[in-house]
Amino acid sequence: MAEPTPAPGGGRAGRAPAGRGTAGRTARWRGVAGSWDAALLVALALVVVAGALAVEGVASPRFWRFVTLEVIPIALIALPMTLVIITGEIDLSVASILGLTCTVMGQLWLWGISSLPVLIAVALLLGALLGAVNGVFVTAFGLPSLAVTIGTLALYRGLAYVVLGDRAVADYPPGWTTGAIAAIPGLTIPWMIIVVAVLAVVFGLLLHATPIGRGLYAMGNNAEAARFTGIHVARAKFWLFVATGAMSALAGVFWTLRYASARADNGNGLELAVVAAVLLGGVSIFGGRGRLVGVIAAVVLLGILRNVLQLAYVPANTLTIITGSLLIVSVVGPNVAAMLRDRLRRRRPAAPLPQE
Amino acid sequence: MTAAGVLGGAKEGGRLAHRVLLVRELGIAVALALLVGVTVLVNPRFLTAQGIKDLLLGATILAVLAVGQSIVVITRNVDLSVGSVLGLSAFATGSLFVANPGLPIPVALAAGVLLGAACGVVNGGLIAAARVPALVVTLGTLYVFRGLDHTWAGGRQINAADMPPGFLRMGSGTLLGVPVLTLFAVVVLVAAGYYLRGYRSGRELYAIGSSPAAARLAGIPVGRRVFAAFVASGALAGLAGVLYAARFGTLDANAGNGFELNVVAAVVVGGVAIFGGSGSVYGAALGAVLLTTISSALPVLGVSPFWQRAAVGALILAAIGLDRALAVRLAKTLRGRNGHG
Amino acid sequence: MSELPPILSLRHVSKSFGAVRALQDVRLDLWPGEVHGLVGENGAGKSTLVKILAGAHPADAGTVLVDGRELSPSGPSDARAAGIAVIYQEPALFPDLSVAENIFMSRQPLRSLRRIDAGAMRRATAELFGRLGIHLDPGRPARGLSIADQQLVEIAKALAFDARILVMDEPTAALSGVEAERLFSVVASLREAGAAVLFISHRFDEIFALCHRVTVMRDGRWVSTDPAAGLTVDELVRRMVGREVSALYPRTDAAVGEPRLEVRSLTRHGVFRDVSFTVRGGEIVALAGLVGAGRSEVARAVFGIDRPDAGEVLVDGVRLPPGDTGRAIAAGLALVPEDRRQQGLVMELSVERNATLTRRWSLSRLGLLTGGRERAAAREWSERLRVKTARLTDPVSALSGGNQQKVVLAKWLSTGPRVLIVDEPTRGIDVGTKAEVHRLLSELAGQGVAVLMISSELPEVLGMADRVLVMHEGRLVADVPRAEAGEERVMLAATGQGGAA
Repeated sequence: MAEPTPAPGGGRAGRAPAGRGTAGRTARWRGVAGSWDAALLVALALVVVAGALAVEGVASPRFWRFVTLEVIPIALIALPMTLVIITGEIDLSVASILGLTCTVMGQLWLWGISSLPVLIAVALLLGALLGAVNGVFVTAFGLPSLAVTIGTLALYRGLAYVVLGDRAVADYPPGWTTGAIAAIPGLTIPWMIIVVAVLAVVFGLLLHATPIGRGLYAMGNNAEAARFTGIHVARAKFWLFVATGAMSALAGVFWTLRYASARADNGNGLELAVVAAVLLGGVSIFGGRGRLVGVIAAVVLLGILRNVLQLAYVPANTLTIITGSLLIVSVVGPNVAAMLRDRLRRRRPAAPLPQE
Repeated sequence: MTAAGVLGGAKEGGRLAHRVLLVRELGIAVALALLVGVTVLVNPRFLTAQGIKDLLLGATILAVLAVGQSIVVITRNVDLSVGSVLGLSAFATGSLFVANPGLPIPVALAAGVLLGAACGVVNGGLIAAARVPALVVTLGTLYVFRGLDHTWAGGRQINAADMPPGFLRMGSGTLLGVPVLTLFAVVVLVAAGYYLRGYRSGRELYAIGSSPAAARLAGIPVGRRVFAAFVASGALAGLAGVLYAARFGTLDANAGNGFELNVVAAVVVGGVAIFGGSGSVYGAALGAVLLTTISSALPVLGVSPFWQRAAVGALILAAIGLDRALAVRLAKTLRGRNGHG
Repeated sequence: MSELPPILSLRHVSKSFGAVRALQDVRLDLWPGEVHGLVGENGAGKSTLVKILAGAHPADAGTVLVDGRELSPSGPSDARAAGIAVIYQEPALFPDLSVAENIFMSRQPLRSLRRIDAGAMRRATAELFGRLGIHLDPGRPARGLSIADQQLVEIAKALAFDARILVMDEPTAALSGVEAERLFSVVASLREAGAAVLFISHRFDEIFALCHRVTVMRDGRWVSTDPAAGLTVDELVRRMVGREVSALYPRTDAAVGEPRLEVRSLTRHGVFRDVSFTVRGGEIVALAGLVGAGRSEVARAVFGIDRPDAGEVLVDGVRLPPGDTGRAIAAGLALVPEDRRQQGLVMELSVERNATLTRRWSLSRLGLLTGGRERAAAREWSERLRVKTARLTDPVSALSGGNQQKVVLAKWLSTGPRVLIVDEPTRGIDVGTKAEVHRLLSELAGQGVAVLMISSELPEVLGMADRVLVMHEGRLVADVPRAEAGEERVMLAATGQGGAA
């Protein structure tokens, strides 16, 4: 930081800012928000350590390779989804976009387009286009995104079935799959994780360290005030939907290559898993609050937990229950804690009036 | 701005608002009639006694869920756990019959409804007491209830042979040409519709959805009402689970998987505003019938059944687009007659 | 009057929020047939008092007596059952429901089997409206009603359950003169019927015109209660502030420069039409008129929030693209909007973020913001405007109304605007801060900024403006220079009676 900071109270003001009782509330709020990210990271570390000690195979490189492969598509979609939810919107059509890009890639392959770069480019463009449709409905027509994307969830998944029906395209060159899941030289971790990491840094900077990100938080809290500050609310939301579409398509490309299979039901139901991860990461469903670190921690936590439990022969449904419970705890916990604190304080006699 | 001008404008606005609401439900009914009409022209057998029975039977379970969902959506909340509750209740019904083959049907019905209501108590309790967003909580319980269902079922399947014939007859029987199951839905629909229109606590649900802050100031017990709405939605999902068991006979832990979004779609198509305060259960039920009719009409019309989902999606977009257009027109009329800004 | 027992009596009422004592040992007596004024600066505890009377908050200590019986409401419905009705500054209606349902919510007349009798409800509403002289269709939805009409609906609601104690929290803040008059006549008839009215206002003319007695509060404590007849404005202000306040309007003549803001034939159908005016550098031009005359709407269109249907806006001779707020800001425009909480600030965000939101691009380096420059800028401006806050990271919602308005001003002044539009710059802020805001506007004009000030407070308009533009029903009807601007002339033009532009 090259910026010089003026000494406190050294300005022209005749009177230094006075203390007020509200400071405590803020500090508390920040404490809760900060501790949520921290709690997630601690939980993550605990799961890793406990898993490595108690479950055979968790410490192995193969395990981490597998976890990474599984986390990649969810992480890819969760990145833009975090931004969308912070602006107060939601996109439930992501898994359908993933499915539709898979089937379109499959159909193009059947038609004889065998250049991978062309297929990927078409897929990303298609994803952006589908996201733009969402964006137009939400921003230009002013419709609630929850309803719009439930509509496009059905529409895009339906179109996926129109494209491929109940067929599957699975005769891609084996080289594509091995290329997509190839490890970083010298490690067992797939190289795609680097792409995800770079994208995570890009989205993280965009959200937390750019004027655009400041605008996203502002519009998520109060879109009207944001407009009065010259923030192009509609434009920003539109491009976020486009980005979400493109990232979902990228996840679709990865899905296709990894499983060497394009089917209309690829990624069915993934939208709720992504939303669950984002919310578990501490992002408020009402917008305006949350950080990308928490979301990434939540995505990784859920991925590791799932695989650890699988290795421990815990049935999949237990994980479903855990996911759901974590989600509930993530919203109920802070509220109940705040209520209890309030109750405790009310029982104590009021503190002396802070003097200004 | 004269008093007479205000009076005239206000009257006009009131009438228009009323008309818009009527138009909305009429619109779905007309769309439904058109769809059925065209399909019958293509294939007259679509509307035989058997055809009607199939249509109604198909719509019944979705309609029951849609009624429950509307009650919740009207209060500006949403219940995503209904599919899981249905699955849980359906499997519970099957298990009950496996354990007690001679169990009277009303007992099974009551058990299913109670189980559903208990799930609703969990949802409503968390939402009303801890004041947390319904979307997140019910997304969580969607997973939890489904997970419990899987744990309970443990991969087992309950077959029609395990259930009493009387129960299965209820699932396929008719009364005066109307499927028995549909009668359940009609009773639920009329009761809910009448309650929401004609009772204070019913109107309070609309008030809460229209402006939660104003509802609190007006002394409406918001938490209690929202809690009750979730219990009602849960109970109806429980009922839907029993109906599901009666209709299909074969049950595993996947019953009702993914229903939640269909239900929300039916409600939205039926003109219940997703942000609460307006709409009716009749509209939502019509929406459910329209959605299921599309799926059965497409094959008759010679359209690949693979188009079905896409058509549903397009319908949802059209419905909310229409709602928006009507709202904009209404606002313009009210603004124009009210003088300046 | 004092022989009768008080209908409402507060004794030693205290209330704390966390460590903040909002009310301390407050006392208040209300007699039937009395209109009782309650004044105090923002943060004096008036709103907390209202919330306790409404049953929205319980008091920590002390008693509230209604007709001599202790009232300890567990919620708004208990207070209401005791005959207390609160009319808030911004009425809280259900937009989707009909006016009649709004009035009778939870108390709808019933038929057999506890069913709602919709016909009786409509008739009762029509009867109430007749009594109050309101011309509204009971069946229309509340959505789209003007604030004045919404308040009348709230009053009808209070009448519907025979409220004997009417608490009005700044009811006229958003009303035009005519609407306020109508409200006062309704209040007078309620008082004659034996109701007691607690009337909270920042407008002294209303307090003196309406109230029998006036209670002053300061810093959560009761200061005084006296008959209005024996009080003066200066005395009231002194008690509210606890010190002498310097002249409210420090306007000095400034050198008028080149045209800065030019508006030509601006039209938005159904809202305003053919509005043309010029504001020069160094000039404060007031835009007066009744609420609903289209003043704020003109400001919105000039600033690019709404897209005008016709006409153009020029800043320093350069035409602004219509409906583009970003470009308007870049051209040197700034708008301090009417509704601070909804439009001016993002209440959940910190003081720092709010203050620097307008400069987020210019404070960034290579497109990145790392926080330090924002902190420094926010500190500089909050010190310049003397924003009172413990920490710049506090959410702006924790500040008092006056300090919030300073944050809004800081956010815009830091952009170095050449044209500043302020919409009701002193609404709902205390006397001390009001004077600071006025001084600031004067200073800015002195530095060559063109200031367009929308205000419903005539003294403010006359005290501050070099020129007064008057709007009536969407048209600009008068342009009065300072020397000729008088209360009567402006009011006549605003009500559409004379004074062509």
